[in-house]
Amino acid sequence: MPGELSPKTPYAKPLPDPNPVTQPFWDAAKEHRLRLQRSRKTGQFIHYPRAVSPFGANDELAWEDVSGRGHVWSYTVARRATAPQFESDVPYVIAIVELEEGPHLTANIIDCDPDTVRVGLPVEAAFVDVTPEITLVQFRPRSAPAE
Amino acid sequence: MSDYTVKDKVAVVGIAETTYYKRGGAPISEMQLTLQAIIGAAQDAGIDPRQIDGFASYSNDRNDPPRLAAALGCEDVSFSNMFWGGGGGGGSGAMANACAALVAGYSKYVVVYRGLAQGQFGRFGQGTQAKTVSGAPAYTAPYGLMSPAQSFAMRVQRFMHEHNGGHAAQKAISLTSYAHAQRNARAVMHGSPLSPEAYDGARWIVEPFRLFDCCMENDGAAAVILTTVERARDLRQKPAIVIAASQGSDYRQAAPAHNAPDYATSNFKTVAKRLWGMAGISPKDVDVCQSYENFTGGVMMSLVEHGFCGPDEVDDFMTTENFRFDGGKLPLNTSGGNLAECYMHGLELITEAVRQVRGTSTAQVKNVDISMVCSGPMVQPVSDLILRA
Repeated sequence: MPGELSPKTPYAKPLPDPNPVTQPFWDAAKEHRLRLQRSRKTGQFIHYPRAVSPFGANDELAWEDVSGRGHVWSYTVARRATAPQFESDVPYVIAIVELEEGPHLTANIIDCDPDTVRVGLPVEAAFVDVTPEITLVQFRPRSAPAE
Repeated sequence: MSDYTVKDKVAVVGIAETTYYKRGGAPISEMQLTLQAIIGAAQDAGIDPRQIDGFASYSNDRNDPPRLAAALGCEDVSFSNMFWGGGGGGGSGAMANACAALVAGYSKYVVVYRGLAQGQFGRFGQGTQAKTVSGAPAYTAPYGLMSPAQSFAMRVQRFMHEHNGGHAAQKAISLTSYAHAQRNARAVMHGSPLSPEAYDGARWIVEPFRLFDCCMENDGAAAVILTTVERARDLRQKPAIVIAASQGSDYRQAAPAHNAPDYATSNFKTVAKRLWGMAGISPKDVDVCQSYENFTGGVMMSLVEHGFCGPDEVDDFMTTENFRFDGGKLPLNTSGGNLAECYMHGLELITEAVRQVRGTSTAQVKNVDISMVCSGPMVQPVSDLILRA
């Protein structure tokens, strides 16, 4: 799992570099909120963040908080690290989470035994402060069954 | 049939490859390997290498045509082409582009080539060492999601979930490649057979891929020379005639952060449709198939999307019995392919498809009329090729 912030050891894993389009996502994450863009025209939430709506030119995208609840849509257990910074994490779970609001996010499933992860596992957002500037949106299993 | 087709107009007339090495094992430079393969293909065809006037490759091959043509002494270069996209999705695409150049009359002899010495340059699939990542990777790399193996694993895992099967199919695909490689002295894994027990006992790389579900890493080069069917008649080899070549990518398959609308796919749905349309044949007509194995799960989905079996039948249809060169329903990867012959980025699958048409494979299928290649599952774009005797 991505390590907690430690003042003595600099964070060694790749960090997201927010740009003007993605900044609201990362700003919300820092406040431990999950916020995505929503189409005013269709009401649909989208992810990844975009400068222009995929639903046509006469649409606007507005940032809105979402529940953070969802389920594992697909996953894999990484048993080998592809970069040295992740060697101490193996085995770790990489997943695509389908949010209740629809969009798919990639993240790790943390706070669980990797062997217990299955497609359909109910999860909730977990916010991990990895540096003073960056908080990663992760997911952990939740006890309530999936809708 | 429309006049605007490459069908029956182009033939493969020369093939060659270098010795295939384990990664880091090549004693000469990648450029020299590439030249060796091209010169070998010209000799096989019975032409002077200087007659080559067209070049096509893929996956950002480092050995660019201006340098190759200078080294070969080509009198003129009238076609210089790179198929965009990563992985091995461009193998048959480069063939398709070569066919287009020949039918258009741009060139007379086009070489499709791939040189790859991973030991001399970077490894494919290596994770980023960058401290920060912007754009789409900002939503993947911080989570340790970087390698093709990891990305493709999630496509396959979703397919397995939706269709409740696939582990046995993956195993059969892997065992088949290793079995066929034992007949092929060119194969890096020749002399290293794989037992079902060893497959099951191998370490996980990234679920659902164990070690032997993954392609190798190698050094080497291969080359294929194409010309028009008219010129082919005067050359040394029995021509392998192209009856279809297609390339492409389905709707938003490259959507960032794993957001392709159709996710559990090898990306062949639209490409296969065009392929069968051009060829005018159906899957049951195929005598032998070479299907690109970056990972076995990709082969499984490729075969489904080309119509060889339904998505819920993979474990029943994809067996070592059905994949055998001698009597299988769909002889598969008869040289050992990327898993066990050489990760020549799928160009070794095309040379093998040609050998099957010529009747010179080390795992020769009887009476081959139709020989097929699927290049690069799960990447964008992908491509296909069908040859006939």
